[in-house]
Amino acid sequence: MQDMGIQVLFEGINFSRLLAGLWVSLRLALISMVFSVALGIFMGMVMASRNKILTVLCRIYLETVRIMPQLVLLFLVYFGAARHLGIDISGELAAVIVFTFWGTAEMGDLVRNALISIPRHQYESGYSLGLTKAQVYRYIILPQTLRGLLPSGVNLLTRMIKTTSLVVLIGVVEVVKVGKQIIDASRYENPKAALWIYGTVFILYFAICFPISRLSIALEKRVKG
Amino acid sequence: MEQVILETAGLTKSFEQGAAVLKKIDFSIHQGEVVVIVGPSGCGKSTFLRCLNLLEEAEGDILLEGKIINKEKKNIHRYREQIGMVFQSYELFPHKTVLDNVTLAPLLVQKREKEEVRQEAEKLLSRVGLAEKAKSYPRQLSGGQKQRVAIVRALIMHPKVLLLDEITAALDPEMVREVLQVVLELAREGMTMVIVTHEMEFARAVADRVIFLDQGEIVEEEKPEEFFSYPKTDRAKKFLNTFHYEALEI
Repeated sequence: MQDMGIQVLFEGINFSRLLAGLWVSLRLALISMVFSVALGIFMGMVMASRNKILTVLCRIYLETVRIMPQLVLLFLVYFGAARHLGIDISGELAAVIVFTFWGTAEMGDLVRNALISIPRHQYESGYSLGLTKAQVYRYIILPQTLRGLLPSGVNLLTRMIKTTSLVVLIGVVEVVKVGKQIIDASRYENPKAALWIYGTVFILYFAICFPISRLSIALEKRVKG
Repeated sequence: MEQVILETAGLTKSFEQGAAVLKKIDFSIHQGEVVVIVGPSGCGKSTFLRCLNLLEEAEGDILLEGKIINKEKKNIHRYREQIGMVFQSYELFPHKTVLDNVTLAPLLVQKREKEEVRQEAEKLLSRVGLAEKAKSYPRQLSGGQKQRVAIVRALIMHPKVLLLDEITAALDPEMVREVLQVVLELAREGMTMVIVTHEMEFARAVADRVIFLDQGEIVEEEKPEEFFSYPKTDRAKKFLNTFHYEALEI
C-alpha cells in the first residue's frame, strides 16, 4: 500500500488521545463559561445601575481585557503567580482564571446591553402590580434578558473554545498539543503525519463549533420571531 | 357622600432642574367616582398619575383610604397592589402568554389559589372579548387587544382605584372604541377611576368630574357638561378650542 500518512491516526491509541485532548479544551471552555455567565450577570447588573464609580470601574476592566491579548494574560497569571506570589498553580487553573476573567467582562457587557434595552415601563408595570424589586427582576426582567443573551452567549462560547488552543503555551496538554506530540513521535516513520493530524484537529474543532454556532443562529431567529 | 379612596394634599413634584411640574395639588376621589384629567401636553397630568402610583417621589401627602402611603419605602408594593395602573404603551410582559400576564401578580403578590385565579382570568378575558387569546403571546395581538389585556391584568388584582394613563394614545383610531367601551362598562359598574385622556368625547361621556390641569396647577374642576360647554377660564377655553376645526374660508 502506498504510504499516504493517514495510518498515523489509527496507530495505537492516537485517535483516542486526540479525543481526550479535545475534551481538555472543551472542559476548560465550559468551566470558564459557567463562571463567566454567573459573574457576568452580576457585573452586567452593576454596569446597568446608576452607580457612577462602579460603572467606570467596570468599564476600565472591560477595556483592559479587550486590549490585552489573552496570551499575555495567560503568561501573566501562570508565570506571574509563580514568580511574584510564589504560588505554583497548574496551567489548567491559570487558564480557567484567565478565560473567566475575559468571559466575565464580555458577558457583563452583553448582559448590560440586554438590560438597558428593556424599556423602563416593563419595570414600572411590574411595580404597579405590587411586585417587589426582587420579584420584578426574577420574573420579568431577567427572563427577557436571558432570552436576548442566548445567541451572543453561545457565540462567546465558540470563541472561548477556539481560544483554548493558546493554553499549549503554558504547558496544558490539550488537543493541539496532543497532535504535536503524535507528529513528533512519528517524525521518521511518517513524515506526512502533520497534514493528517492537524487536518483532524481542524475537523474536531469544526465538529464542535459548527453545531454550536448553528444553534446560536437558530436561537437568534426564535428570539426575534 | 361615599368614602374617599385616594387623596393628595399639597402634592408638589419638581425634577432636578427647572420649575415644578406639579404645584401643591389637592385632589380627592370618592368610592365609585370617575375623574378625568385633561390638559395640554406637558401640563403634568401623566406625572400626577405616576405620583399617585408611587412611581415618582413627590413632596406632600398621598393618602389611600385616609392613610399616608408615600412616606415609607418598605411597604410601597403593598400599596401599589391596591392601586391598578394601565399605561399608554400597554407594557404586557412579552415572554409570557396572555393568561400568564394576567395571573402573575395575583399568584405572586396576593398568593391566591391557582385554580381560582385562572377561572377569574378567563372570566375577565371573555368579558373583554379575548377568551380565545389566553394562550397567545402579546406579539400576536393588535394594539387594542393588548390594551384590553392590560386592563384585565390590572382588574384581577381587585384594585380600590384604577389609574388609566392615556390608554388610547398609542392606538389606531379604529381600535380606540373597543378599549374605551371596556372603560365605559367599568364606570357603569362603579369602578373608581382616575383617567388621563385626550379623547374629549369620551371624557364627557365617562366622567363624573373633570379636572383641567395646566402648568402643574388645577385650573378648573367641574362637572363634564359644565366644563365642556361653559369653561370658565381663558386657559380652558383656549385648550378646548384646539379640538375644534373650522372650515377654511377662501
